[in-house]
Amino acid sequence: MKAWSEKFMRGVFAVAACASVLAVALICIFLFANGIPAMKEIGFLDFLTGETWRPNNDIYGIFPMIMGSIYVTAGAIIVGVPIGILTSVFMARYCPKRIYPVLKSATELLAGIPSVIYGFFGLVVMVPMIRNFGRTLRDMGIIETAGNGSSILTASLLLGMMILPTIIGVTESAIRAVPAQYYEGAVALGATKERGIFRVIIPAAKSGIIAGVVLGIGRAIGETMAVIMIAGNQPRMASSIFEGVRTLTANIVIEMGYASGLHREALIATAVVLFVFILIINFSVALINRRSEHE
Amino acid sequence: MSKKTKQKLLSYKNAPLSALMAGLVYLAAIVTFAVLIFLIIYILVNGIPYITPDLFALEYTTENVSLTPALINTIIMTFLSLLIAVPFGIFSAIFLVEYAKRGNRFVEVIRLTTETLSGIPSIVYGLFGLLFFVTALGWGMSLLAGAFTLAIMILPLIMRTTEEALKAVPDSYREGSFGLGAGKLRTLFRIVLPSAVPGILAGVILAIGRIVGETAALMYTAGTVAQIPDSVMGSGRTLALHMYTLSSEGLHTDQAYATAVILLILVIVINTVSAQIAKKITKGNGNGEN
Repeated sequence: MKAWSEKFMRGVFAVAACASVLAVALICIFLFANGIPAMKEIGFLDFLTGETWRPNNDIYGIFPMIMGSIYVTAGAIIVGVPIGILTSVFMARYCPKRIYPVLKSATELLAGIPSVIYGFFGLVVMVPMIRNFGRTLRDMGIIETAGNGSSILTASLLLGMMILPTIIGVTESAIRAVPAQYYEGAVALGATKERGIFRVIIPAAKSGIIAGVVLGIGRAIGETMAVIMIAGNQPRMASSIFEGVRTLTANIVIEMGYASGLHREALIATAVVLFVFILIINFSVALINRRSEHE
Repeated sequence: MSKKTKQKLLSYKNAPLSALMAGLVYLAAIVTFAVLIFLIIYILVNGIPYITPDLFALEYTTENVSLTPALINTIIMTFLSLLIAVPFGIFSAIFLVEYAKRGNRFVEVIRLTTETLSGIPSIVYGLFGLLFFVTALGWGMSLLAGAFTLAIMILPLIMRTTEEALKAVPDSYREGSFGLGAGKLRTLFRIVLPSAVPGILAGVILAIGRIVGETAALMYTAGTVAQIPDSVMGSGRTLALHMYTLSSEGLHTDQAYATAVILLILVIVINTVSAQIAKKITKGNGNGEN
């Protein structure tokens, strides 16, 4: 009797463990089964490299959206990575012990704030700020069009802020994982604290930091609601950072509510493209982590 | 103290680059935390004046955009998602930690899929929920479809925290229990799980935070109806989605601020509780043999 229940529960645990495998399988099947036929109908190349998105005329080219996602993600990296890495150096090496717990929970809070709140903050604070900034630059003759504030620049700044906790968390633990002797050795040889950190610790923590940055890229590219609220969402190629863009994620949310037929399938195909991007990013993180484990 | 600081400053005299880097480190930290504080204070200052009794009226109308229905929907949604995700999450973590042998192929696959799940953006979950739960299973836009979608989304989080909590239970506990003649199952439920409860709880609370803040995954699964549905098969918007609709409609900006305050306070409370529990565990471990 007892042996029976032991075996039974073991089975239950094993079945439960299959849940995540099943979930990934279902997600892949349903996305690809609904998205790939649409891509075929539109034509893979026309779909991926077409620069016009006009569902009313059955023209579906998502190249502007792909570029939109790449622009804002690159912007977020430019803004978020230096600040994130320097902040994690502060957390690991400079922060007084007494205020550390407060700051640590502050970074966790930064990760916990919902994206609608970030988006709303961007909408009411950053969009007007960037609008005025753009107008000032236009009046000075530096740029030609000022835009209305909803732009690549705004989205980059906000996303840069949103990926901070991801980068700080991973980088800080990577810095802490570097053996203390490395730093002590450097200081013993006469290096200043900063030289020890930036010439010895950071290079030693390189793979962990890269993993953090790649995770940050994943978050930025997948962010939806905040971007919709501040990026302008025009489905065309942007020529300046003061112009609005539409990202892959925004494309899905904005039009899914009323789309039908091929239009709807084209939106699902957009999600397939996004999903493939994310899979590549996940795979590279796994690869980086595995390599650093072997070192 | 001042002598020490003086010495420190002197050491930078011959190393201007180091001084610059130190300055940048402090600047970056200040920027990070200043942005957070500014965001919180800005929302609080602009939102608190608009928190009125009307905002908590039982009925949502187009004139009075009450958040009560959305708040109740959020609670129902949280409860449902946890009901689905927590057993699966805990059981799979038990399998991974207590039963599976190291280097097992199956375990590798589970880990890979869990990592994949935790990286998928919420809009992809939302779209999958729309295709699978809403359309293929024919549930329509409903709280249930939303809850299942969110359950998949929080599954990796619960799995990971439970795994860590189980691993933190010292092996001597298990050995002691086996030594007294208890079976594996009895050891698990009487000894291992009770000592892992705080860690699991911290993870569950973090998951609640994610559920409360989620929008993209719910838009096309739970829908945006601003009422409390009659059953879980009805559509209803949660607080975060309510806030998104308010701010995108642009008609009730003041109420959007107030709703943001409620949402923000909710998230801060959830985060603090989770952090407190987590802190207790690390303290407990410090006294033990780990």
